[in-house]
Amino acid sequence: MNRVATGESRSLARPDPLGLALFAVGAVALAGLPFVVFKMNRIVPGVPLDFGAALPSRLAVPCLLVCALSAAAAVAGRSAWLRLVTALGGLAAVAAAAAAAADRLTPPGNLVFRIAPGAGCWLLLACAALLAVDAAMQLRPGPIARVLGLVICLGATGMAFSRGVFDDLSIMREYAVHAHRFAAEALRHLELAFGSLAAAVAFALPLGLMCHRLPSLRAPTLSLLNVVQTIPSIALFGILMAPLAALSAAVPLAAKLGIEGIGAAPAVVALFLYSLLPIVANTALGLQRVSPAAIEAARGMGLTEGQILRGIELPLALPAILAGIRIVLIQNIGLTTIAALIGAGGLGTFVFQGIGQTAIDLVLLGALPTVALAVASGVLLDALIESIDRSRA
Amino acid sequence: MARVGAALKFAALAALATFLVVPQRFASLFAPLNPSGAPPIYDQGNLLALALAHLGIVCLAAVASAVVAVTLGILVTRDRGARFLPLSRTLVGFGQTFPPVAVLALAVPLVGFGEKPTLIALFAYGLLPVFENTVAGLKAVPAEPLDAARGMGMSASERLRSVELPLALPMILEGVRLSVVINVGTATIGSTVAAKGLGEVIIAGLLSNNDAFVLQGGLATGLIAVLLYEAIGVLERRVCRTSRIA
Repeated sequence: MNRVATGESRSLARPDPLGLALFAVGAVALAGLPFVVFKMNRIVPGVPLDFGAALPSRLAVPCLLVCALSAAAAVAGRSAWLRLVTALGGLAAVAAAAAAAADRLTPPGNLVFRIAPGAGCWLLLACAALLAVDAAMQLRPGPIARVLGLVICLGATGMAFSRGVFDDLSIMREYAVHAHRFAAEALRHLELAFGSLAAAVAFALPLGLMCHRLPSLRAPTLSLLNVVQTIPSIALFGILMAPLAALSAAVPLAAKLGIEGIGAAPAVVALFLYSLLPIVANTALGLQRVSPAAIEAARGMGLTEGQILRGIELPLALPAILAGIRIVLIQNIGLTTIAALIGAGGLGTFVFQGIGQTAIDLVLLGALPTVALAVASGVLLDALIESIDRSRA
Repeated sequence: MARVGAALKFAALAALATFLVVPQRFASLFAPLNPSGAPPIYDQGNLLALALAHLGIVCLAAVASAVVAVTLGILVTRDRGARFLPLSRTLVGFGQTFPPVAVLALAVPLVGFGEKPTLIALFAYGLLPVFENTVAGLKAVPAEPLDAARGMGMSASERLRSVELPLALPMILEGVRLSVVINVGTATIGSTVAAKGLGEVIIAGLLSNNDAFVLQGGLATGLIAVLLYEAIGVLERRVCRTSRIA
């Protein structure tokens, strides 16, 4: 009994191993890695600058203080709220420091110099973000709180961007060059990802229902869709170009509807095909898991088959169906990036242009919003699924 | 039914091997796809060499990510690493929302063009399924055999080696299988950053409007993915059988 008590008090005094590990990584990043990279233009290799060289001490010291505070809270703090708030503070401080360094290193009016965040800066941001996520998870937020947290984070980031805080950083310089196309490409990205998702849901739900009702159909359908998934995306995009071009040439109506070999049509068809497997499989699985007793009871109450499907089976299978839709949505957002290769537009345009020009900032301009979009979609759908599960329980 | 499946797989393997070794035999099959008179079979490199390079990158990345992911999975399921388990699980879920192209694109600034960014992207993307399945497999080991092993006086590392890992092995292999299949497809995107592989064939087709090339690269990659999936499945079943006997 005595030994247990001393063991517990010791474990309370012991520093948090996770906080200690992230503190060590952050300290190495701060002391040993470049904080920003200074480039004479957008494609030449840059000159790495460490934290001390990038910032004057009147800016470096407050940033270091905030970082030290969040590190102390992470290593020794017991309250999850304290750790969350200090970690978010550290995140903001590092981002602000990078923005300030870019502002200081760019002569006024110069649009050619590029100041990009260095490895140390990215690593520090990652450490702070991990601390914040860990603390937030310990608070066990419900679905509404998670969505609220996402909205606050996106809102704060969006506000910082719209007020021009990061305008001197290289990625935003690249944005300024491409600003006239950015919104259109982002919108195109969403249209492609969500449009093909909607089409896939409309087709895959009935197909999943049929697979559930006719067991002999299930295995061949699923293995066919499995094979579709193994075709590499750039090949499927490419293969679809020929038949759609032929269709457009042969059927004037198709051409009038904007169906062409190059552009959105092959992208939507390919994304649609990739979307089928997760939704069909999850629909069939979700329907299969509905308890036969519930269906029997409904039948006993005199409900018709259509009423049972709409009132009992589909609602009970909904979480599984939504889980399939979540997989598809995230997959589509990622695959749409590749659709830029066949002229479909979307944020992938910037990624591939950047790869072509060896302009890393342009790659980031396409890749970072894609990642943010995928992560936000994942959080939203997770919250939706959990709230349905909770309302059941 | 099983015999038909086996025959189909064997036929697929034979077709793939023939196509890679003597692709010109298939010229008449692909000729209708490019009426412009361009070569019907990819002629800018040896298909077999490209396929082997493709497989090489995928396997190297798979081995590296399996070693790292299994080690991490073991660490976070020990008592000492328990503090890292929730965060690492969230990280894995978060990582899966990362589009593979984005991983590839972000690796280019770090290491330049060529095989390296592809290797990094495949390694990072392959970590996730293996880690997830290692943790799930180790967590699912029932308490009875562990208690028995403890009663027999086994040390923690002996328990890990002779009880926990063998029982979790089928799950771990399933994770490896998933990550390999995803990576065979993702590796084709690597050719946009100048990695050697079958993606080169597809990209050459896209650039010269030659659908025959696109189809060849796509079919070969798809077949490799399906066959690898089946091969690892066979390995998995064999391991399951021996681990059940032991």
